Amino acid sequence: MIKKKLVLSFPEKIVTKPITYKLVKEYNLEFNILRAEITPNMEGKMLIELKGDKSQVDEAVKYLTQAGVTVQEAAKDIIIDKNLCIDCGACTSICITQALTLDKKTHKLKFDKEKCILCELCLDCCPVSAIKVNI
Amino acid sequence: MSKTIEEINEKIKSGKVVVLNAEEIIDYAAEHGVKKTAKEVDVVTTATFGPMCSSGAFLNFGHSDPPIRMTKVWLNDVPAYTGVAAVDVYIGASELSETEGMKYGGAHVIEDLISRKPIKLRATSYGTDCYPRKEIETYITIDTINQAYLFNPRNAYQNYNVATNSSNRTIYTYMGKLLPHFGNANFSTSGQLSPLINDPYYRTIGIGTRIFLASTEGYVSWYGTQHNPTVERTAKGVPIGAAGTLAVIGNLKEMSTDYLRACTFHRYGVSIFIGIGIPIPVIDEEMVEFLRVKNEDIYTEIIDYSVQRRNKPSYGKVNYAELRSGKIKINGKSVQTAPMSSYYKALEISNVLKNRIKGGKFSLTKFAAPIPLDEKLRNLDILSKEEL
Repeated sequence: MIKKKLVLSFPEKIVTKPITYKLVKEYNLEFNILRAEITPNMEGKMLIELKGDKSQVDEAVKYLTQAGVTVQEAAKDIIIDKNLCIDCGACTSICITQALTLDKKTHKLKFDKEKCILCELCLDCCPVSAIKVNI
Repeated sequence: MSKTIEEINEKIKSGKVVVLNAEEIIDYAAEHGVKKTAKEVDVVTTATFGPMCSSGAFLNFGHSDPPIRMTKVWLNDVPAYTGVAAVDVYIGASELSETEGMKYGGAHVIEDLISRKPIKLRATSYGTDCYPRKEIETYITIDTINQAYLFNPRNAYQNYNVATNSSNRTIYTYMGKLLPHFGNANFSTSGQLSPLINDPYYRTIGIGTRIFLASTEGYVSWYGTQHNPTVERTAKGVPIGAAGTLAVIGNLKEMSTDYLRACTFHRYGVSIFIGIGIPIPVIDEEMVEFLRVKNEDIYTEIIDYSVQRRNKPSYGKVNYAELRSGKIKINGKSVQTAPMSSYYKALEISNVLKNRIKGGKFSLTKFAAPIPLDEKLRNLDILSKEEL
């Protein structure tokens, strides 16, 4: 038995297909959706924890990749270095779950860890390298 | 009823000056009316803190013994331009390190100079009778060299477009990371706080105007490169899209990294965040009409950066209130937006400048020459001499 935390990215076209259902049925996996942002006609993101036989987990990842889902191992944590951040907000438009937003009153960058699905899209978009990942 | 710069400076001296920032003036004018506002408010502070690639600094190192007429210069492995006198160089913000690539560039050298960090200076030369040395390697700091002044050919864009991406791949631009299929849209400028948006016809901002430049007192030295004031404007005179620009100058030795920061746009290159604040004298009622401009009144165009041509398709106009809401509609699709410039920092600068004026530490200037209103943007075409 192994446990794996993965970030799944669903392209627009397959967002509405019942892909995760197959993970239970075909691969006998226990899975727990930790966070998800799925909207029809938009790329979807999901943070998922898979539990099962190692070979079954590997097979499931293969199946997901073939189905057009991008699979990546989840990072532990996204950290915003407040000493470096200049509150420009450049990271907010690529944050699909809106974990990163600009506070309407203070205009400062807000990071809501609860909403973060660890997709890491924000990592290379900070002009002053204030966004870091804790692996 | 009109006020002169001299009258306003007298009020600054006597501590009676009334200063608001460009955000505060909006509600003030709405509440008190234009007439009363023109009478009671003396100065409005505007500001911006955004990436401005067209920046750099002139440095003079002083002479070594034996002396050298530098023909190639590197500062922390970043090449500097030295086609001027023996030990004068210009370090451009967007120049890349020869050893670290996009991780470190001219902007980082400038920031490190301000932080008073040691910088490795390396230079070579062909040697002359008066400058026999052919190479030098040494360390400098901003305090060991002669002059160091920031001289930026194009800053403080009056307005700028919104960048989006219609293609099927992520693109990396100077407007940030743009996700495929209109995955996001990025904009720049501080909108209602932006200096030239608040003085759209350059009635008070001109060549010689004293400004806040990365904390020190700098000056508008000229109109900026690609200055393009003849673009389409709204009924209130606000340009729609990129228009006027400023060239600015100021003493690097007195600047602060709170208001000047090196940056890297992934897979694009190095740039520099510059903090600029410009005080606008409330000379008359017409000035109040310009100064009360708010995000809803400022429009710009949504441009497709995935088209690798000079002319890129537009997806229509949008205003800054919509852009700042975090979401706009492009072709009916809801798209998340983000600014490239920091409104938080711009607001901070407008308040720092406000307090300096109120405290009698910053006085206003009458410009020496106006910024032209009739310049047009030219394109670079590939021509033979005969076709010119």
